[in-house]
Amino acid sequence: MASFKEFSESITKSQAWKSIFRHGAPNNARNRVLVVLMNVFLHLHPIRMKKSGVRMSFTWCMGGLTFFLFLVETVTGVLLMFYYRPTAEFAYMDIIALREHVPIGIMREVHRWGAHSMVITVWLHMFRVFLTGSYKPPREFNWGVGVILLVLTLLLSFTGYLLPWDQLAIWAITVGSNMARATPFLGHEGPGASLINSLMGFDVVHAGSDARFALLAGRLVGEATLLRFYDLHCIFIPLAASVLMAIHFWRVRKDGGISGPL
Amino acid sequence: MASIGNFITSSINAFCQPSILFTVSCILFYLVFFRWREKFAEKKTLYWIEGSMAVFILVSCLNPTFKDVVTKPDNIPIVGMLFLVVFFTWLAVHKMVINDRLIDEGKDVENKKEAKELVFTWPDLVFSEFICAIVAWCVLLVWSIVLKAPLEEPANPVETPNPSKAPWYFLGLQEMLVYYDPWLAGVVFPSLIVVGLILIPFIDINPKGNGYYTFKERKLAITSFMFGFLILWILLIIYGTFLRGPNWNFFGPYEVWDLHKLEVLKNVNLSEYLFRSTGLNGGKLPDNPFIREGLGMFLVIGYFVSGTILLQKKWMKDLYEKMGKPRFYILAGLLLSMGALPIKMVLRWMINLKYIVAIPEWFFNI
Repeated sequence: MASFKEFSESITKSQAWKSIFRHGAPNNARNRVLVVLMNVFLHLHPIRMKKSGVRMSFTWCMGGLTFFLFLVETVTGVLLMFYYRPTAEFAYMDIIALREHVPIGIMREVHRWGAHSMVITVWLHMFRVFLTGSYKPPREFNWGVGVILLVLTLLLSFTGYLLPWDQLAIWAITVGSNMARATPFLGHEGPGASLINSLMGFDVVHAGSDARFALLAGRLVGEATLLRFYDLHCIFIPLAASVLMAIHFWRVRKDGGISGPL
Repeated sequence: MASIGNFITSSINAFCQPSILFTVSCILFYLVFFRWREKFAEKKTLYWIEGSMAVFILVSCLNPTFKDVVTKPDNIPIVGMLFLVVFFTWLAVHKMVINDRLIDEGKDVENKKEAKELVFTWPDLVFSEFICAIVAWCVLLVWSIVLKAPLEEPANPVETPNPSKAPWYFLGLQEMLVYYDPWLAGVVFPSLIVVGLILIPFIDINPKGNGYYTFKERKLAITSFMFGFLILWILLIIYGTFLRGPNWNFFGPYEVWDLHKLEVLKNVNLSEYLFRSTGLNGGKLPDNPFIREGLGMFLVIGYFVSGTILLQKKWMKDLYEKMGKPRFYILAGLLLSMGALPIKMVLRWMINLKYIVAIPEWFFNI
């Protein structure tokens, strides 16, 4: 065993190791403070926290799981992007190829089931936060950020639903986006659209200019929609969600940590 | 034997009809939260509920229709979610009951001492996060190996599947389309949900129940949120997913999804009731929408105005005095909008009411 100890010490005392970890193992109070302070990822946490906030029966770990699933989705999503081309010609074939020709082809499965799980965990997280009254002062703002993150999660899942470009995908998106044509004033089958058109004297709001058209980049779910949803799914919404998540986690710290009986 | 089986399946089919199951769920909701809370919070109850759900689903899978719907790859997560929602609802109520008892006895709520005690994030929090992540990752991997992600025929814009369904988490909204037009069910109500959620901390000014589970200290808040989540969101998703087949017709859990099931279109607008049945205006509908739909408009506006006045002067008088006008009117507006869905449901079931205000020429139907 002595040799093992020597070996491990030769690593932890090497210049390379010390350049990465600038303090000893976190087995005493000083180093437990340092490990959180020095690490960019860990420092989203506070250094110390209320003992009540660590209890799983209180937090259900649902917020943490949601973030973990977001990371899983990011990694598997980036891997899927290596193979997938968002065009009507290739999209469906690429999904088939992902399943049939890629070794250990379960990336799409992990991505899809992870996405469904994330929707569920984010709901349960909100459920828990509500039931413990954790939105009450001083956490009002962070609750609002959380609600927007929940909406973004649903939109992420919704935009991703189209990408396999099969019957399930285009018709689910068709049905889901059909509602947008009934948007008051902004949809061509919504209340108030005819009022705007008659006030303007010509058709301002029509099937080729309304809210649904803006969402789908066309009158129907087509190739332009596929590209638009791909961009929203891979770039736009993840970026927005990442920024909001950083704010969300930061504010958990700044608003007094995980809530607990005062 | 066969006839007994038929009797059971057809009674369950009949029981699952929106008018019955929804009403029963609302009554159960009331009983669980206001009458049987202590009983519900016992561990035994949890085992019984989760156990009977599992038995019900497993036994029902003997029925091919039920099995087809429940084991559709995209529906599996919803089945899992039902167990999770029941479990976490129970856990929350369990904690509420414990804390409420402690509050009644004048003692501190659970973990109050611990809230003053500090521990290091490393290792106490980081380790449990790590273990949660590992468990979640294992579950996800096994799930992904066992169950293939669905992939149907290539996209074909000319061949509409029947039923066409939105992704499962929006099926509550799609189910709402049965009762309200898209501009309400698909646009206005979802927007109100999001805005209403964001406004919650500014409406709920009750300082109690911050950071611990309690029911007695915040009855209104807990009840309205639970009702919205469990009944108006989760139950409607169950309907949209499992009990709506071709043409969005209702199908009982064991009923074959028959493309040609005929539903009699017997829904009638309020204005048609008013003019056709009473023979007013010679039994003809007036051309001017304001005259034709005047009664409906009056009723809708009257619902919000009189509802607000009743809440303000009678049912929530104390709250109104504490909250002040702006907060209270927003609260009343949101609560009444939330109540509008069950009200329209009941009207549909009882008098086959289609629209209270029907102005299709402006796409303005309520």
